[in-house]
Amino acid sequence: MTQWEVVIGIETHAQLATVSKIFSGASTAFGAEPNTQACAVDLALPGVLPVLNRKAVDCAIRFGLAIGARVAEKSVFERKNYFYPDLPKGYQISQFELPVVQGGSLTVQVGSGDKTYEKTINLTRAHLEEDAGKSLHEDFHGKSGIDLNRAGTPLLEIVTEPDMRSSDEAVAYARALHALVRWIGICDGNMQEGSFRCDANVSVRPKGQAEFGTRREIKNLNSFRFLKEAIDYEVHWQINEIEEGRKIRQATVLFDPDSGETRMMRSKEDAHDYRYFPDPDLLPLVISSEWIGEVKEDMWELPNDRKSRFEREYGLSSYDASLLNTNYDIGNYFEGVVLHALVSGERIGTELSKLAANWVINEVSAKMNQEGDGHPMWKFGVSSETLGHLLRRMREGVIGAKTAKELFTEFWEEARANNYAHHGGHPGKVDELVETRGLKQISDTGAIEALVDEVLTANPGNVAEFKAGKEKAFNALVGQVMKVAKGKANPQQVNELLKKKLAG
Amino acid sequence: MSLTLEQVQRIALLARIEISETEAQTTRGHLNGIFELIEQMQAVDTRGVEPMAHAQELSQRLRADVVGEPDRRAAYQAVAPETEAGLYLVPKVIE
Repeated sequence: MTQWEVVIGIETHAQLATVSKIFSGASTAFGAEPNTQACAVDLALPGVLPVLNRKAVDCAIRFGLAIGARVAEKSVFERKNYFYPDLPKGYQISQFELPVVQGGSLTVQVGSGDKTYEKTINLTRAHLEEDAGKSLHEDFHGKSGIDLNRAGTPLLEIVTEPDMRSSDEAVAYARALHALVRWIGICDGNMQEGSFRCDANVSVRPKGQAEFGTRREIKNLNSFRFLKEAIDYEVHWQINEIEEGRKIRQATVLFDPDSGETRMMRSKEDAHDYRYFPDPDLLPLVISSEWIGEVKEDMWELPNDRKSRFEREYGLSSYDASLLNTNYDIGNYFEGVVLHALVSGERIGTELSKLAANWVINEVSAKMNQEGDGHPMWKFGVSSETLGHLLRRMREGVIGAKTAKELFTEFWEEARANNYAHHGGHPGKVDELVETRGLKQISDTGAIEALVDEVLTANPGNVAEFKAGKEKAFNALVGQVMKVAKGKANPQQVNELLKKKLAG
Repeated sequence: MSLTLEQVQRIALLARIEISETEAQTTRGHLNGIFELIEQMQAVDTRGVEPMAHAQELSQRLRADVVGEPDRRAAYQAVAPETEAGLYLVPKVIE
């Protein structure tokens, strides 16, 4: 039985967060009436000239810096020639021989829990180009309708080396890239609207073989789930073809989410021959080191830098630190929680950091996941100030963990009920509710002792069982005390006192 | 280097230019003339000379990211052969 190795490279088109197009002053806003945002340049009317949008270049520089790539001092726009009605010029302005971003890499976490491993994906390049329009093939009396609003929208095409070896690695890369482009603010990452779409080049080869197999390219995958399903199907199909004695032929394929299958769009024979050449309408793009320096000044701490800092400063595990860096907002939130959970005079320590990390990773993420994919990650139902304050009161012994969780849930539900228009609860509200509802934990030793005595007297059976060596009886007694205390007794103190009394 | 007739016909197809056999022959002559000229130029030693992407020694001017184009769809569509529901209509294309 041959052992197969999967080889995957990914090309991503990220729509850049500009308000106007890459070569014209038309708007890039999504969802406008057809052709109301297609100006003379986008329509390729005679005599028009493209003028490059500075912000698009700025985004490319930002990306290059974020992945540790070389930002080319000089790069060149070229014409990629092909005929299609949604491309009125007969060519797409793109970059070919001298792209603006060269090299770089992205280190990603693959898998979850104990099986997590780190993998570095090398990038070949990233280049600036314009998007095409849209063709609508519904019936217009046997004709196609063309909407050129999208024509000329700035894209950054990000190309990896064939470094990924499984669909899981491909998805981990795509997710990390998606988080990164949003993190550095160059793309809104909206996959439904097509702002972030992936093509996957997939091939298989017998394990140990040096040469790559023949690849097929799966086009336009606009969700992480489709990316995984399409690759898994394609790999299975390719292995099956080879094992049945057929050869893989280079081709471009489309993924059909309904059937879960890939099907051929065009073979290599009728593949395009784009005849690239430098666009005479555009001069070389020169990026000075001063410009790169300005962009660098303006950039936030990057995901991997912040991950290392979280491990170093907060003493978090690599896994927790990476979960808290899946996007910019969640890490910020975590740091806010820690600050507000500090008891006066206290300095940040590992116990607090770990507690805050657990709450953010488990409780906060769980609430967000309940909302499904549609939940915008930056919409927290409870502010970091409020959660931090809850944890502070818990750490001070004012409230128990159970109460903290209940209040947190109540606040979050309040935010959900108003569709996340504002946060649920606030720090003052925590103290107010603790007071008015009498949620204060009983930590007074005398009071707890009285409760313990009461329970011991009332449950001689459990006491006898415990003395006979039944561990379970101890838990039953703890439960009884908590019941009598209406859940408000400090569980640690209850445990200690019970142990002391039973031993005595 | 010189082109075959087949290559000329392939280029014509890619450029969506319909040419007859005679025209293809003539064009082949023209194109091969250009290749001869290029061959002559290649005799010049250009080692150490940075290739130019443009005939002018200038760099690209940039514009600020500002929306400056109003909606002029009505005017543009007035000169289009056929439109419907705001779309430009073209002969059906399905790849």
